[in-house]
Amino acid sequence: MAIDRWRQGSPDRREFDDRPLVLIAETAHGPRIEAANRAGKTAGARAGMMLADVRTLCPEIATAPSDPAGDLAFLEKLAAWARRWGPWSAMDAPDGVLVDVTAVPHLFGGEGALLDDVSAAFDQRHLALRAAIAPTAGAAWALAHYGPPAAIVDADIERALSDLPVAALRLDSDVLTVLRRLGLKRIGDITMIGRDALHRRFRNRKSPAANPLIRLDQLLGRVPEPLLPVIPQQMPLVQRRLMEPIRHRALLDQVVGDLAVDMARELEGKGLGARRLELGLWRVDGEVAVRQLEMAAASRDPAHICRLFATRLDDIDAGFGIEMLRLRASWAEPLALEQGDIEAGAEIHGTSLAACIDRLTVRLGPKAVSRPVPFASHIPERAQRWQPPLEAEPLVQGSLEFHARPLKMLDAPEHIAVLYATPDGYPQRFRWRGHVHEVARVEGPERIAPEWWRERGSARLRDYYRIEDECGRRYWIYRQGIVGDGRGGAPDWYMQGLCA
Amino acid sequence: MSLTDRSADQAALPLASFADVAALSAQRSARWRPGLAMRQGAALHNEVFASSREAAGAGVALALALDDLQHLPRPAGQEAEDRRSVLWVQTRDAARIGGRPYRAGLPRELQSRIVHVLAEKPEDALFALEEGLRCRDLAFVIGEVAGNPRSLDFTASRRLTLAAQKHGVPLYLVRLDAARDLSSARMRWEVTSARSDTPRWNAQAPGQPAWQAELFRARSHAPGHWVLSQTGGSLSARRAGQGRDVPSTGGSIGRAFFGEAATRPLIARG
Repeated sequence: MAIDRWRQGSPDRREFDDRPLVLIAETAHGPRIEAANRAGKTAGARAGMMLADVRTLCPEIATAPSDPAGDLAFLEKLAAWARRWGPWSAMDAPDGVLVDVTAVPHLFGGEGALLDDVSAAFDQRHLALRAAIAPTAGAAWALAHYGPPAAIVDADIERALSDLPVAALRLDSDVLTVLRRLGLKRIGDITMIGRDALHRRFRNRKSPAANPLIRLDQLLGRVPEPLLPVIPQQMPLVQRRLMEPIRHRALLDQVVGDLAVDMARELEGKGLGARRLELGLWRVDGEVAVRQLEMAAASRDPAHICRLFATRLDDIDAGFGIEMLRLRASWAEPLALEQGDIEAGAEIHGTSLAACIDRLTVRLGPKAVSRPVPFASHIPERAQRWQPPLEAEPLVQGSLEFHARPLKMLDAPEHIAVLYATPDGYPQRFRWRGHVHEVARVEGPERIAPEWWRERGSARLRDYYRIEDECGRRYWIYRQGIVGDGRGGAPDWYMQGLCA
Repeated sequence: MSLTDRSADQAALPLASFADVAALSAQRSARWRPGLAMRQGAALHNEVFASSREAAGAGVALALALDDLQHLPRPAGQEAEDRRSVLWVQTRDAARIGGRPYRAGLPRELQSRIVHVLAEKPEDALFALEEGLRCRDLAFVIGEVAGNPRSLDFTASRRLTLAAQKHGVPLYLVRLDAARDLSSARMRWEVTSARSDTPRWNAQAPGQPAWQAELFRARSHAPGHWVLSQTGGSLSARRAGQGRDVPSTGGSIGRAFFGEAATRPLIARG
């Protein structure tokens, strides 16, 4: 892959195709070979050799610096791009990609057609490829690296892979050396020798890469490999592969509409409604754009899905065109089948609450739409929390009826300057936001003590007063602390709420 | 409708029983009064101008909305308990200067029904209001916008009016610290707080909320000035400068009639 990537760097590098070439990395002992092209390999160059050794074999060999970081970034993008063949993929550094194609091949017309499609796509990008499909990631890796080209293994992995060399087990080089000295060259040899002997020999090796037994079990699917999902779950997934790459918005909307209809049918068949949808757009040049959507309630209404996506597709850069679209419901909830509106739909127009909230969240962001719910606390600003609008309310103990609370609460209490007859008495006049209010009527204090189990010891209590000024404006103010409570100087006054 | 037109109309009426005249008169009266929603349906687009130094705007908007909800004739097949949500849209400015709704202080029947939208810009708030008006599952929509944003022009208010009329969801738009600009709202109020009545048990304490409300522009009503107050869960209105309450016209048409009759000379003078 490194060679292919180097070759694509500029057009004049193509002329090195049939001349020996190696990519080198500078090390403390001189330049070392990281990768070699086909002619270079014929000349005897191998990854890991020193450049000086190769020069003795082939003096005219050309060199270029390698770029491991760039290779890794390229591999990452390649792995994202490779998700066009399956909903899940992983990097297998330095030059491999694992794709989970469970329940996907039928979209491409079978596993063989899927592999053909893979090789065609890689050919188009001028990347050399060895692909294989197998029930486990380990078996697929072994087949891709050491098996016949385009191998497909369905069942009986053990027999299919018994002829492969032990290196196909993804073992460390020292373990390979041990196995070679023991005379075990093929995977079939290891299975023949018996587990007990191998277990004894490698009982101290806990790492999978150092213990052939663990690797063998992973390969055969006896031990789960963390790369694969433990529970195979199939998310509803629909896709459209386009004859001609599309570059225009109207066509894109059309295809998204078709996908939404397909998805609605898929979801309806399973009795599900989507909560989160992911739309992937594969561009001709290998870029992948993904747009996510979350809905307040499970839904499978194609018109609704289209409308929500319409605002998300404004900033899509189509580049040279989009050649494939895929819609995936990564979070779905049961949604019972219901009869379509026959009469009611014609009579009651307008959207449902869930659809309304979806539209608001898509435009304003998920945090902009919320619902106030009570929370068990005495401190007024803590006694209310905000949660997503359609979630169930938490169960709380009822509040006390005789406590009057303001209609509106300021985001943060605002400091006010108060004139009072005695420090612990009623306020007589106060200044808030530059204006002076004469207090006409007062009710209070309602004393709210700090929550000692949560706050630090120096927190002061609050004395709340409900007041009405000379114009009839009603406020909710409090004094923080009392004189002589030993937690600071003269208490401050704050405006916290506006009463109706 | 001018005063002379109306008296000519009344002269042309055939002689009828007192109750009929009272009913007719009450029906034809152009005065706003609480409980009018029973006859005319909810007022669909209302604007309430208020200062941000008090919660009178939101208080009056809620009181008017609840009054309309209580008096609207209930269609057959509707649930006994109204559990539809209420959309409360605020711009960030409005929330900063006027505070956010506080659940424990809301009217009891609304406490669990509020869906709050915090919009960064007035454009977003208008979008949210319009989406709310299009939603069939909402009881009403409250908006709070601070000042006179450029985007809230006549066209925008006309859009809101049309959406509210099409889907029948009332809108109460609170305008904080705003000048009276052009708008197509059906009823436009200017409110401030008023001295509350003395509570029965503690004369020193603030009582039930009361507001000075001026209806300065309305499509189907004459302008006027009232002192609104909320007593016992229902809205009552008193003509400013008079001692008598105009109660909701729930069932007592006769009293409403006398109330109207008593106010008429005032119009002539004004």
